[in-house]
Amino acid sequence: MMNTLKNFNLRDQGAKIWAGWNRSSRVVFVLFIVAMVGLLPFASSFGPTSFLNTPISSYIDVLVFPVGMFVLMALGLNIVVGKSGLLDLGYVAFFAIGAYSQAILSTLYGWNTWTVLPFGIGLAMVSGVILGLPALRLRGDYLAIITLGFGEIVRIVALNISVTGGPNGIPGIPNPPSVLGVKFDLEHTRNFFYLVVLLILLTVWMIRRFTIRRPGRAWEAIRQDEDVAALMGVNTLVYKLWSFVIGAAVGGAAGVIYASKVMVISPDMFKFEVSILILACVVFGGLGNIWGVILGAAMLAYIPERIRFLTEARQLVFGLVLILMMNLRPDGLLPRKKREKITEKGAK
Amino acid sequence: MNFSVISTQFPSLLLQGLALGLIYALVSLGYTMVYGVLRLINFANSEVFMIGTFTTLYIQTNFLGYTNLSQPIHGAKLWYSLLLSLVGSMVVSALVAVIVELVAYRRLRAKGANRLASLISAIGVSIVLLEGMGILTGSRPKSAPRLLEKWSFGEVAGANFRIDTLLTIVIPIVIFVILTRFVTQTRLGKSIRAVSMSEENSKLMGININKVITLTFIIGGLTTGAASFLFMTVYENTAFNVGFNMGIAAFTAAVLGGIGNLKGAFYGGIALGLMEQFASAVIGSEWKAVTVFVVLVTVLLFKPNGLFGEAVQQTRT
Repeated sequence: MMNTLKNFNLRDQGAKIWAGWNRSSRVVFVLFIVAMVGLLPFASSFGPTSFLNTPISSYIDVLVFPVGMFVLMALGLNIVVGKSGLLDLGYVAFFAIGAYSQAILSTLYGWNTWTVLPFGIGLAMVSGVILGLPALRLRGDYLAIITLGFGEIVRIVALNISVTGGPNGIPGIPNPPSVLGVKFDLEHTRNFFYLVVLLILLTVWMIRRFTIRRPGRAWEAIRQDEDVAALMGVNTLVYKLWSFVIGAAVGGAAGVIYASKVMVISPDMFKFEVSILILACVVFGGLGNIWGVILGAAMLAYIPERIRFLTEARQLVFGLVLILMMNLRPDGLLPRKKREKITEKGAK
Repeated sequence: MNFSVISTQFPSLLLQGLALGLIYALVSLGYTMVYGVLRLINFANSEVFMIGTFTTLYIQTNFLGYTNLSQPIHGAKLWYSLLLSLVGSMVVSALVAVIVELVAYRRLRAKGANRLASLISAIGVSIVLLEGMGILTGSRPKSAPRLLEKWSFGEVAGANFRIDTLLTIVIPIVIFVILTRFVTQTRLGKSIRAVSMSEENSKLMGININKVITLTFIIGGLTTGAASFLFMTVYENTAFNVGFNMGIAAFTAAVLGGIGNLKGAFYGGIALGLMEQFASAVIGSEWKAVTVFVVLVTVLLFKPNGLFGEAVQQTRT
């Protein structure tokens, strides 16, 4: 009994069922899941699902941040860490760059969120290139410390220059203007949730496209063995840079939306802890598997809010959950497909 | 930018940088020893340092009964108290490091888990230690009694050379000399080096891998504990989150020197301490971290394995 439980691989079981379905049942299933997610904001007010309600913070706010945002960022980081196997400890930098471009451009120049969005994504991508070009020539843990440093540098710069308002941050960031009558403001938090869900769906679609095409195969080869990939003619630096930049783009998009949702940002929202938390979401859910990452991020974002009544011990319990889960399921909640699983060289 | 401070305060900046750097060097041993055998970042080492500072504080206030108001003490009693807090802090830190290994690494290693899985479980242990201490201390910073009267030996080339500076320079150097001899000359030290070269082959040679790994955690814990004692002697206060900045600095020092070897930790620590002191004096302390990381990136660009980097085939495994 214990053994079957241990070897039970939800990912593979799920994949088997999925493979047995025809196209129409797949479409129905996906629509059903999307509809369930769409109903989430209402869950707190109905009978049996009301246990989902968060005790202190507003439930709908929690669904947008941290849950939605964490899922989005974890998906972005998953491209870097899960798909191409690069350890990035400073992912929050791209989030911060997106958030600050929204804050500065909207308060100083009066741009609205929708015009800032492509610009913020572009800026995050450019900074990804600037960081990636020197950093991606290094391997493994050296890359980790460089990215960690980059994350801290972005925060320190924001803390010490005047255009970002220093430690006080930037207040009074406008909400996005309404689109086709859909309003985005304090009274319509639910719409922010749907906006984030839309972004998540777009990201998932993008990752799935990449995965089955040339970049996905190149990333997979790089992750399994970089030297062999280079020998086989994969331009490793270019593809590593691409995965880095695409990850950065997702982080930047999340930052722009986040800034226009919370309306005030300050440097202490972009601490090292956030990068670690996002990385924990990716590994906790299942490195490299989109559905695992979504589940893991949703859980790790939601649990601390749900147990907020524990006040001080909240983070302690969170740490215990991390230790326990990693010990019970080292490959995460939903591990990646078996054929993609390789034993890393040197890891024992 | 204020370059004149370099010429006016050069000796004192040099001394302070050296003392700070040697503390970094001791903590970075906790990263570099473990990295050498496991190829993993020992994320919880920053909390080992934090526990060490609180142990020093506990021994001095609760065990020896000094308070913040007590006068500095002299003679044999002083050296006894200092030695006791040094040894106590080292032993407790080593114990915590061993527990970290048991909880965060051993089971996962036995399962052959992904490297990132152990990284996350180490982060989990680190959060538990951090928040646990935060709850115990009510998240307030604590200050230590001043046992050692900080008398000055006088001016050395314009720098105020004090007793605590002397201690923070002498103790780490002694520890490094002992450790280098241990690693190069004793049987246990040789087994550590063997495991860091190849785990499979050392297993075949009859080396008990688990024992060696525990040993490296003990050594890392001992040196980190010594660093906590020195930190408390110089700065005289601590808080539950004191480990975070120290951990990042020490890890940077280890990478700068070339992670995985003793010489790298030693010189990397000193280089980092000097850079921080000079950068704070010249550019301003708020840009300290930025300067350090820019220097680190530049060094790694030209020497991708750090200043005293390990052989290439070792880093690539």
